[in-house]
Amino acid sequence: MRLLHVFKRNPIMIFPAIVVLGLIILTFFGEALAPYDPLAINIPAKLKPPSTTHLMGTDEMGRDVLSRVMTGTRYSTETVLVIMSSCLIVGILIGTLSGYFGGRMDDLLMRITEIFLAFPPLILALAIVAALGPGLLNAMLAISLVWWPWYARMVRGQVLSVKDQPYVMAARSIGVKDARIMLHHILPNCMMPIFVQASMDMGAALVTTAGLSFIGLGAQAPIPEWGAMVGVGRRYLLTAWWLSTFPGLAIFVAILGLNFISDALQDILWSREA
Amino acid sequence: MRTFLTRRLFLLIFVLLGVSLLTFSISHIIPSDPARQAAGPHATTEQVEVLRKKFGFDRPLPVQYWVYMTGLLRGDFGFSLYSRRPVAEDIKAYFPATIELTIVAMLICLILGIPLGVLSAIYKDRFLDHVSRVVCIGGVGLPIFWLALLFQLVFYRSLHWLPAGGRIDPNVAPPTTITGLYIFDSLVTANWVALGSSIYHIIMPAVVLAFASVAWVTRITRSSMLETLGQDYIRTARGKGLREQQVIYTHALRNALIPAITMIGLQVGALLAGAFLVEIIFSWPGIGFYTINSIMAMDFNAILTTTLLVAVVYTITNLVVDILYVAIDPRINYS
Repeated sequence: MRLLHVFKRNPIMIFPAIVVLGLIILTFFGEALAPYDPLAINIPAKLKPPSTTHLMGTDEMGRDVLSRVMTGTRYSTETVLVIMSSCLIVGILIGTLSGYFGGRMDDLLMRITEIFLAFPPLILALAIVAALGPGLLNAMLAISLVWWPWYARMVRGQVLSVKDQPYVMAARSIGVKDARIMLHHILPNCMMPIFVQASMDMGAALVTTAGLSFIGLGAQAPIPEWGAMVGVGRRYLLTAWWLSTFPGLAIFVAILGLNFISDALQDILWSREA
Repeated sequence: MRTFLTRRLFLLIFVLLGVSLLTFSISHIIPSDPARQAAGPHATTEQVEVLRKKFGFDRPLPVQYWVYMTGLLRGDFGFSLYSRRPVAEDIKAYFPATIELTIVAMLICLILGIPLGVLSAIYKDRFLDHVSRVVCIGGVGLPIFWLALLFQLVFYRSLHWLPAGGRIDPNVAPPTTITGLYIFDSLVTANWVALGSSIYHIIMPAVVLAFASVAWVTRITRSSMLETLGQDYIRTARGKGLREQQVIYTHALRNALIPAITMIGLQVGALLAGAFLVEIIFSWPGIGFYTINSIMAMDFNAILTTTLLVAVVYTITNLVVDILYVAIDPRINYS
């Protein structure tokens, strides 16, 4: 009932709700719900424009684009979750240690993050994937490698702002161990802004992975990953516009939905701070 | 100010050293065998061994780094397998195209983003504000490579308004090279044919590249303008009878632009990264186009040099942004 109330007051939030619901459903049941086998090659039916039998047309091998887009949802949500959680884990670990203990360790760790921050993330990820070799797993690894420093710095800043609060000093003065102070007293009070940032970055993680796949460095054929599909479709752009357009639209709608949600989360955070 | 500058320059040197160490690690440590990588998949063991000796991969890592580093300082970035000439020459040939594209995209971003943000703030919750907010949320989420393809579909395939790609018409001779920026060079040499063709070709890639940045800059300008307009000194300015225009442009905008400048500085990195994707789609012969082709050819000297170059440009821009901060806002004092 409370959810209904939210939608009534802010009807535009129905859109991201539908998108996220769709992403979840398609992640688990995309392949089962797809009208055709996403990998079934059918050369005689290749490059057919959208019609009632193939709503999004067929690709250069006669595969149904709609089925591929539906199945592809899984790869996008998986990459986003893997990238975000690995960045959060490493970022929180390093940021907390750095902020809490300060001194030499802080200097060293922060200098390391500065080096990573000197690159636009996509460019460094490109170089790393080039060295590791193309593939979806390597693309995820590369993006996580270039992204954790942003979280480490943010967590450090949060920890610094919390660690001299009276309740932390109180805990320390009664002899609570460092590890327990970090885990139970500091971290819970830093998490909200960090999760908001993570929610804002989900779209960026999705589009960066898709970008690597578009170039040909991420997911490899015949995996129906959205970015890779846009990349292959580019070769047929002038004759078969639907090949690139629909997977790209899927990326766009997914990111739009995620961004709407992170915007709403941000508003909640700000109104709480105010 | 001076201590701030010396500290920042010192930090800059440190960061650049670290950056070179990182690119070195990518080329020498991540591929489990760089010699095999360089020799290609079909090389025999003997051929790999010859390359290992030739590139010095058999020497200790610190020695290899020293050789790499001293080479960089001399401007020797190694030899490109893709273009079969020194990487330094390739950079000279390809970099101006990227600079030109990024500058034009940045201009579009400033000319559209700041006024849109200001107007959106002044007319908050009115029609214009709603339109600009929708465009912003959309613009930030648009995958740039997809937007580029849509533009090609609409403006090239359907409407025939703009060329699909390239820097200048193949039948038009490029202007005499002065800076390597076609628009600038043809303007200086009064080569109007080349000027027209260069502008005609840059429109689509530059607009696509600028799209997301316009959205970001509008968003930040709007929110910081809204915050500034609520300040006491704005009320004072209004109270003493200044005209609304003066209040907005001299009192509010100047203060509101400070956060916008950080965002604009960050956009340099975003534009450079975006250029990598935009350039391959529009066959724009810049550093991104060169790098992607080098990646396909597994040409590590080229890949790492461009990565390093982008990092240097990005780091220096961030430094300039920090210095601009002090220049614009006398309240900020770094020392």
